[in-house]
Order: sequence, then structure tokens, then C-alpha cells
Amino acid sequence: MVVVCPLADLPPGDVRRVDVEPPIAVFHTDAGELFAVDDTCTHQDASLADGWLVGCEIECPLHASKFDLRTGAVDAPPAKRPIRTHDVSVVDGIIHVALSTAAPLAPASTGVPLDIP
Amino acid sequence: MKTIAVVGGSLAGLSTARALRHQGFDGRLFIISGERHRPYDRPPLSKTYLAGTVTDAEIALEAADEDLDADWRFGVTALALDPSGRRLDLSDGSALVADGVVLATGASPRSVPGTPRLAGAHVLRSVDDSRSLREDLRPGARLVVVGAGFIGAEVASTARGLGLEVVVVEAASHPLSGPIGAEMGSVVASLHTRHGVELTCGMGVVGLIGGDRVTGVALADGRVVDADVVLVGIGVRPNTEWLRGSGLAAAEGVICDAYGATPVANVVAVGDCAAWYEPALGRHVRFEHWTAARERGAIAAATLLSGGTEFRSGRPPYFWSDQYGLTIQIAGHIAGADSIVVEEGSTADCDFLAVYRRRADPVAVLAMGRGKSFMHWRRQLATAAVSARQE
Repeated sequence: MVVVCPLADLPPGDVRRVDVEPPIAVFHTDAGELFAVDDTCTHQDASLADGWLVGCEIECPLHASKFDLRTGAVDAPPAKRPIRTHDVSVVDGIIHVALSTAAPLAPASTGVPLDIP
Repeated sequence: MKTIAVVGGSLAGLSTARALRHQGFDGRLFIISGERHRPYDRPPLSKTYLAGTVTDAEIALEAADEDLDADWRFGVTALALDPSGRRLDLSDGSALVADGVVLATGASPRSVPGTPRLAGAHVLRSVDDSRSLREDLRPGARLVVVGAGFIGAEVASTARGLGLEVVVVEAASHPLSGPIGAEMGSVVASLHTRHGVELTCGMGVVGLIGGDRVTGVALADGRVVDADVVLVGIGVRPNTEWLRGSGLAAAEGVICDAYGATPVANVVAVGDCAAWYEPALGRHVRFEHWTAARERGAIAAATLLSGGTEFRSGRPPYFWSDQYGLTIQIAGHIAGADSIVVEEGSTADCDFLAVYRRRADPVAVLAMGRGKSFMHWRRQLATAAVSARQE
């Protein structure tokens, strides 16, 4: 379990980057939900904690890839690989994150072949 | 609406097609793409794809399991749209009648006027262009880039990384003086020179020299710059000529309102071919950037399906350029700015954030290597845009 910070220190709309390996980002959405995901965009090295949060979607600050914080799925390119999600809990007013045991995602090619036969 | 035809199968067309399905359109969907490839992402074509460090599959815009239930026509272009906006004549000899039409035909690179096609002389727009240019980027060869805009600068950067000698010739006084202004353009100029690129500004190009193959670039002052390879990156013109007769053809792009509607009912336009009315500027602007192509698909889809106008966000335009290992990020409208202040860092180090203001109001922000504060400013610009609209 990673101890993040008191819930009171992370108001809705705010984000906290946590320097574990690999780093994670903990978001508190405007709707009041907490989500933790890998902080590094799967497209190119950029911190999603610096991104643009709209609803449950985080947009990468560099190339505007979008990820669904609930599932880690890519909602918009250029990223092709999802980000990992981590379980968040609040215990006695303190935010905790249980890091995913899934391997960080291998760089696999997931797109369709471009050439039309 | 039972049938919709999307003309154009790149980012703008695909984004609109996705949005149509997302917004509940369950009728027949045609996507007419002049490309012989499935949709792909263009920004890497001047960077990682050109360098050969990413694969075809990595630049695909569609996921492997994605299915829009669309009837794709690849390698087919539209030749005419009748003025009612319902019938499209296609290059394969067929015709399509649709209840709604999305114009997303993009733009084509300009070439140096009066210049014949020569081997070794390239433009860069498509994946085929990028593959063909890559073949010619051999270490030690001499590349002359005509035009120091985004494409020219990024190709120069990629070619330096591949070990070529690179000369860049720009007609304006500074690189990128249109999109970022002369002052910041001079910072970009310093990026080129510090990476060993020879940059000549304020110099027109009158033609390309060569027999079968290009051997040089003729400058306006009579000099000839020797070249093994030439990349011409002097902007694009919107692909609207085929719309002649529909009332929608315009050299500056298909004229649309702020939500993508054209003057013809049930015809919308989006992406590089479209000039949307820009409330912040009080005029129509063809905003030829990736983010506009992606984000405006949802707005255009809503316009077509419901005449809806609720989708337009207050977010300022955003674009970026990756050059020489740095990302240059720009948000907002620089037109009308009367001051530029470096708020953080130093331009000499190419690590800074600068804010463009009109009177006292921030209208645009530009940063190199300052992602976190850049996002802070980008949000501020959005907030300012929303409050300006509410006043």
C-alpha cells in the first residue's frame, strides 16, 4: 500500500503525482471520485498529472491522447496502449493506493495494418 | 437521417465518423477516402516515422478491434457535390446519395511554382510521401528544406538525427513567424543553428534545378544551393476544388459557422479543408492543426445530427511541434497580441514560457520544455474565453 496524502489535501479537480516506480498519479475528479493510474503516457514520456482532467478522462499534456481513468483505456489517439489503473481507498481520511500487480504494458503494436490489400 | 457520407478518411473524417456513432447515428455510414491506406496519424510522418523508429501499426488511428460499421471506399475521391448537397459523384464512376455529408478532404502541399517533378524532390503529407522521403535521407547526403514551418523544421531535425547535412531556406524574416510571431520565431531559428543546420531567412526560392534528379535549389538572389534531396514545406491549400459547382468551393477553405455548418443544409465541413467562424477573432479561420481535426469532429457530428450547438468547448486552440528533442507548445490566438513577455526561464536556454497579451489580457502562451506551467496557462486561457463569452 502506498500512502498518498490526507483526502483533505486533495480537493476535487486536483491531482497528486506519487514517485513510486513507475510513478503514479492520483486524481480527485470534480464528481468526487478518486482514481489512480500510471503517470506516464504510453505514447511518449509525459506526466499525465500535468494533463487536462475532464470528467473521468485525462488528456495528455503533450500530444492530447486521452485515457479513461476508470479503466485505463485509450479514448483518443495518438496513444495506443492503455495505462494501468490502481485501487484507491481512503482509510481514516488518508488516501491509499494498492499498486497493480499487472506488468507495466509491453510496447505491443495494437493498431490495424495500414495497407489495403 | 438514414445515410451519411463522410468524404475524407483521415483524422477529421474518422473523428467525425466516430462521433456520429457515439452520438447515436445508426444508419448507413460511408467513408470515402482518397488514401490507399487505413487512417493513420500524420504528426509522426515528419518525426519518428520518417526516422524509421515507429512502425505502420503504431501510427494507425484505429484500434484492432474497432468497428464503426462503415462502408469504407479506399482509393476513391469525390469529384462533385450537387448543390442540394445530397449527391456525390465518385472517381470510381459511382454516385452516392446521402441525407448528410461531411466534408473532410484535408489539404494538399504547395509546390514551388513552375517546377517540374524531379526525383529527390519531395513534399510531405501522406505516409507514402514519408516513406519516399525516408528512402532519400541517407547519412552524409545534403538536404535542402524549402520553408521553415512546422514540417520543414521537423524534417530538418529528423534529418540531422539521421546524419544528413541540412540547409533550410525560408522566405519570411523568421521561421514560423505566422503561427508564433517574429520574436519567438527567432528563438526557433536559434534551435536550428545550434543543431548544425544552416538557416537562411528572408530568401525566396525561384525553382528547383536538375535533370532527372534534383541537384539544387535556385534562390531569388541568383545563387544555387546544391542539394541531393529537397523537401518543400511551404504550406498547403485546402482540397476544395472538387466542390466547384456546389457553391462551397473557396480558396480559403469551405466557409462554415462556428459549429461546422456550411451554407448548404445537411452538409458540414471539418479539418484542414474547413474555415470555421472563430468567435474570438471575429472571422473565419482555417485552423490546420491536429487537435482541431480531432476535437471538431464531435461538434460537426452534433451539428449534422441535431443542429446542436452545445458541444463547442471554450478551450483555446492547442498545437505542438517536436524538434531537436524539444517540444514547442502553443495555445491560444496570437493574432492581435501587442506584447510578449517571457514569464519563466530563458529563451537563450530554449527552456521558457512566454505569454502573449492583448492590452493586459493573455491571449496565447508558448513554451519550450515547461509542460506543467504551460498546462496551467492553457487552463487560464480557457477560463478567460468562457467568461468573455458570458459577458
